[in-house]
Amino acid sequence: MTATTLQTKLAEAREAGRAALIGYLPAGFPDPDSSVRVIQAMVEGGCDVIEVGLPYSDPMMDGPTIQRAADRALAAGTTTEDVFRVVEATAATGAAAVVMSYWNPIERYGVERFAANLAKAGGAGVITPDLIPEEAGAWTAASEASGLDRIFLVAPSSTDRRLAMTTAACSGFVYAASLMGVTGTRTQVADTAATLVRRTREVTRESGLPVCVGLGISTAAQAAEVAAYADGVIVGAGFCQRILDAPDLETGLTAVRSFAEELAGGVRDR
Amino acid sequence: MSHAGPLPDHGGHYGRFGGRFAPEALIAALDEVEAEWEKAKNDPAYQAELAALLKDYTGRPSALSEARNFSEHCGGARVLLKREDLNHTGSHKINNVLGQALLTRRMGKTRVIAETGAGQHGVATATACALLGLECVIYMGEEDTRRQALNVARMRMLGAEVVPVTIGSRTLKDAINEAFRDWVANVDRTHYLFGTVAGPHPFPKLVRDLHFVVGEEARAQVLERVGRLPDAVAACVGGGSNAMAVFAAFIPDESVALYGFEAGGDGADTPRTAASITAGSPGVFHGARTFVLQDEFGQTLPSHSISAGLDYPAVGPEHAYLADTGRASYEPITDAEAMEAFRLLCRTEGIIPAIESAHALAGARKLGERLGPDAVILVNLSGRGDKDVDTAAAYFGLVDTEGQA
Repeated sequence: MTATTLQTKLAEAREAGRAALIGYLPAGFPDPDSSVRVIQAMVEGGCDVIEVGLPYSDPMMDGPTIQRAADRALAAGTTTEDVFRVVEATAATGAAAVVMSYWNPIERYGVERFAANLAKAGGAGVITPDLIPEEAGAWTAASEASGLDRIFLVAPSSTDRRLAMTTAACSGFVYAASLMGVTGTRTQVADTAATLVRRTREVTRESGLPVCVGLGISTAAQAAEVAAYADGVIVGAGFCQRILDAPDLETGLTAVRSFAEELAGGVRDR
Repeated sequence: MSHAGPLPDHGGHYGRFGGRFAPEALIAALDEVEAEWEKAKNDPAYQAELAALLKDYTGRPSALSEARNFSEHCGGARVLLKREDLNHTGSHKINNVLGQALLTRRMGKTRVIAETGAGQHGVATATACALLGLECVIYMGEEDTRRQALNVARMRMLGAEVVPVTIGSRTLKDAINEAFRDWVANVDRTHYLFGTVAGPHPFPKLVRDLHFVVGEEARAQVLERVGRLPDAVAACVGGGSNAMAVFAAFIPDESVALYGFEAGGDGADTPRTAASITAGSPGVFHGARTFVLQDEFGQTLPSHSISAGLDYPAVGPEHAYLADTGRASYEPITDAEAMEAFRLLCRTEGIIPAIESAHALAGARKLGERLGPDAVILVNLSGRGDKDVDTAAAYFGLVDTEGQA
């Protein structure tokens, strides 16, 4: 199988001796057209990969910042079809586009249809925060058929057996949750992050599956700290917060671009 | 007490429903709860402690009352009420709560969190935590804290911290989201004391097993009283814990028809409803595959019911399975039908039921008309209506706008 754009981006970063910068934004935040512009600013600032969030009414894994962003996107009328349009625009920037979605909207849309339409839009894969491999039979088949990466999560509470099972089910990368908690900024990187990455590396030695770390990373210094041991650094709430705080879109775009630049410096300063 | 059938399978599935759609971070905790429950239910010491609490603290077995006057409004069918309203804290919820609180202690955890809608599960949880010396945090939608201010005071009186949830629709579903967020961050010392037969495996099974006693008692009581099994068993269904409570022991009895009465709100064919089996479609919600009120893109639709305890846009996965296989039937009851049954039971039997339970009573009236005077109908009267007096007084115009009699 040919490499997905996600796999290519992560391989390029690895060859350059740095971690990849992965930025998250809900599609449709603050509205569908503006979200494309925010993502363009994230890529201009240095994001290698964009996680396009599918805004969902019941985001169980998200803290208040991303909840608010997703609420805004839904209030702006964002649908799954808009998500594909945002993915298409993201892929056009040259960055790799993956979708981050709770499972129900995908199941409701139709798993095969979702996979096919995402691939058609230029998406590289899907991160599924509430889908574990044991429940992913239909998704595994559909993602294989459409050539999409499957990104499951591992957590500090994952047993060694589950780390092996989950990483074996992943392609593209495995999302390592840095801490036991929900999305949102933290003052420091949890000490559970390095331990989890080390444990995950032990079960991915043969496959070489990239390990990217998310949850609670929101400064260049934190990005640099995580980049020292991870293949990718995932930042979400920090981007959303800058749009929420900005008095208007243009100010927000400037803030997002310079935030991405800082983080891009961080992932090169491992 | 806990031998309720072969389902779910190893992964928590009831046919195509159930399972575990939860963040990886919680899988270890869910496994721990499952393993601890398997040990506890076979541990005579645990069972003895739980049985003693159910008897001496809760007041089990609960009575079976024949509602002779109310029967006249049910086509003459014999109506037998399983009086879970007489339990300590006023509903069936305490059965599950005591079992899980003891389980919390067995797991060496010191903190309990729970969600609540109407406040019944929150009050029961705060009660058990007071008794067992556990720290207690209750998540409740801000909207519900206003509607059920008295229950907020009760929980605080019992030493619980009540956290109003201000995100989303500010009702039960958002309280559950927030409780899961707390759990993932504090899982080392915290047990999420889930209040209904929904959520990721093993909660639907655990909660069912801890309520099994309700149907088990009722089955024996009906046999003793009328010399045969009932023709039908009726219960209201929101998440579905009181319905599983009374259904489970009867599932193997093929002659007994099982009826779940959902909250129809303004009508199951209107947008203002909570009838997720009647009006919803299969989806994944709060950790399980089940029937959900959702739009074409899988976004959860807001639910409506006059009863806060039934105001939930999904249902426990085993009910979805029982509906799918036809073993149980589910029908909607409108707010108006429920309130009429509420009024009737007050006037004819001197029992003020919870508005939730009034949905089962309204259902029994329909069943009685269909089945006729030879029928025996067992109704789970899941809770008492003290908490609903404000709502009912306003509904029936028993007070003026200042709340004066």
